[in-house]
Amino acid sequence: MNLVFYLLAALTVAGGLAAMLLKNTVHCALALTVAFAGLALLYLDLDAQFAGFAQLLIYVGAVAILVVFAILLTKGSETPKDGVFSRTWLAGLAVAAAVFAVLAWSILQSVSRLTQAAKAPAVTVQQIGVALISRYVLPLEIVAVLLTVALIGAVIVAMHEKEGGAQ
Amino acid sequence: MLGEGILKGLAETARNFFGSYFSAERLTTVEYPEQRIAPFEAARVFPFLVYDGTDWQAGLRCVSCQICEKECPPKCIYIEKSKDKKPDALGKPQFYPARFDIDISVCMSCQICVEVCPFEAIKMNTEFELSTNDRFGGLLLDREQLAKSNQYYHEIHATEAAEVDARLAAEKARVAAKATSIAAARAGEGA
Amino acid sequence: MIETSDQIFVLLLHWLVSFLPAPWQPVASAVLCAAAIVCLFPALFALAVWLERKGLGRMQNRLGPNRVGPFGLLQPIADGIKSLTKEDIVPLSADAAVHFLAPVVLVVTVFMGFAVLPMGRNMVLVDLDAGLLFYFAMGASTELAVFMAGWSSRNKYSLLGAMRAVAQMISYEVVLLLSSVVVVMITGSLSLTRIVEAQNHYTWGLPHWYIFTPWGLAGFVMYAIAATAETNRSPFDLPEGESELVAGYHTEYSGFKFALFFLGEYVAMFSISGLGTTLFLGGWSAPFSFLTWVPSWIWFFSKLMLSIFVFIWLRGTLPRLRQDQLMNFAWKFVLPMCLLNLLVTGLWRFLGDGWLRWVVCSAILLLAYVGIALGEQRKKHIGPRSYRYAE
Repeated sequence: MNLVFYLLAALTVAGGLAAMLLKNTVHCALALTVAFAGLALLYLDLDAQFAGFAQLLIYVGAVAILVVFAILLTKGSETPKDGVFSRTWLAGLAVAAAVFAVLAWSILQSVSRLTQAAKAPAVTVQQIGVALISRYVLPLEIVAVLLTVALIGAVIVAMHEKEGGAQ
Repeated sequence: MLGEGILKGLAETARNFFGSYFSAERLTTVEYPEQRIAPFEAARVFPFLVYDGTDWQAGLRCVSCQICEKECPPKCIYIEKSKDKKPDALGKPQFYPARFDIDISVCMSCQICVEVCPFEAIKMNTEFELSTNDRFGGLLLDREQLAKSNQYYHEIHATEAAEVDARLAAEKARVAAKATSIAAARAGEGA
Repeated sequence: MIETSDQIFVLLLHWLVSFLPAPWQPVASAVLCAAAIVCLFPALFALAVWLERKGLGRMQNRLGPNRVGPFGLLQPIADGIKSLTKEDIVPLSADAAVHFLAPVVLVVTVFMGFAVLPMGRNMVLVDLDAGLLFYFAMGASTELAVFMAGWSSRNKYSLLGAMRAVAQMISYEVVLLLSSVVVVMITGSLSLTRIVEAQNHYTWGLPHWYIFTPWGLAGFVMYAIAATAETNRSPFDLPEGESELVAGYHTEYSGFKFALFFLGEYVAMFSISGLGTTLFLGGWSAPFSFLTWVPSWIWFFSKLMLSIFVFIWLRGTLPRLRQDQLMNFAWKFVLPMCLLNLLVTGLWRFLGDGWLRWVVCSAILLLAYVGIALGEQRKKHIGPRSYRYAE
């Protein structure tokens, strides 16, 4: 629990808060990108190089762009007329508090189980690769199939309907 | 074959690049004002007034008939006729322009003034480096600035000037022949 | 002597850092290296600007700028002074914070990419185990900066330019990554120093650069295409084509911010050429075994400048591609060839050493290329154009 961790945690939480509280939707998306970057830096702080850079590449490089495109291609980029807070905010607050309580309980339980501050194991990219192909090959293939299905689905949804059926 | 066009294009630009250091065909830049291209003979920019001989006032061919002033489409010529007359190239007393201004910011180089002049007095000049920092007065050329010698006309438009000179000489010869025949006829009558 | 000249910058760094107390030395070393990179590449940028204008001029049968210094060498300085002293105009309705941050984010992410490039023997700023992944992560962040620039200007032409640029960059990012994966497959590591060392062997005087293998050549060509598209260079410069969209996503930028965009584009070009030389052209290794006495950093920068010259050459030769042509090209031609290249690289690895794998791999790649080429040229029935996905 050193200074760097606290700074990065503050950055991530600030990014997340800004993503909720800012009025302009594109500003929210950019703040979310800051939160992603903060998360990536936290991974790097733990010496998880692959996870950190993959987080940057995928989240900042692709997911953030996707979010921004989605905002732009819909009407989300205009400032909303009737406030950013919904009318059912009390129920939302209750649900968020419940989720936070569950997460905090589980984290505190796991922290108290650790006897000392264990050093994070140094995992090389090769080990990750070997694990993906040997031990975790089924999740890998399922995720691959899922991505393919999503890609084909996106193409079909965006395709212009032709009378003679899809070519 | 896919990609063939790209390779041919790359070869051509490479040839351009390396050739530009060796051959003039591949580097067509003329670094003006240090280098200039020779002007064409039929080039035309703005008009000028021709004078014969060395004295521009005595030899000015213009007789102030004002045809060019009337025919000029943007009306850039301003002529004031003189009150007295002076003898022209054929010896006949003619008016001359006391004032002959061309506004070259208006002139469109259409050459109509040259085409309609009956006295071969106004021709097209090829000088184009006329920029000045006086937008109005500096671009209004007066009689003295417009008058250039027939020799200069030969320098800029050799064939045209030769033709004009031949025509004027023929005219002069015809008038002289007519004068001698009249004089001979009168002398023949008197005797 | 040879060793000294090869390692001269490393020795200089050690000497400079030795003046400081021991706990400060790693930090000071990193800071000095970073400062060297930040000073060197803008200087190279000035040189590249001059080279581009003179080179393009000569290719177009004209002289480039030749008035400002001997052969126009001081022209980039004149351009720099001009861009520094111009008024910085920010549109009234522009989003000021994002408008300011966009060129900053662009330049920062572009310079970060240099941290993992090995510019000579032992001359890497950070020798990361996942160096290649770091480089691509930084490249991906560049797209965000482009989008920020286009959106914050509140100008529909800028936004269009930014959308086109981001779409183009995302499509060609896939190609870039896939064409680099073949190198990782054969080397077995994501670390760029390991990749260069794997290419630093010689057989009969010729180097083991990956470009001299069939899959390496195909990979390099596709990497070059993707690199040209990633940096928005001709023929893929529709987002910033002056005759198309004024200036695309940097229309509303003037003065120093525009200079930063310009700098970012050229430094991105250097960065991606540097990665290309590291992956395919052997990085800092010499082309022939009898030339290894020349310092390694000279080879790296020569290859870099050669790549820049090729970029300029392509710009002077090829007309601009239309947006749908460029996307078509990426998804329907280059990407399938990339995937085939992955297969061929696998075959190369498992067919064992010898002439068989050369023949088989070259044959597969050539057949695929010729097949696709002939296929594309066959169905050229020109009818009324219709778009299935963009009505």
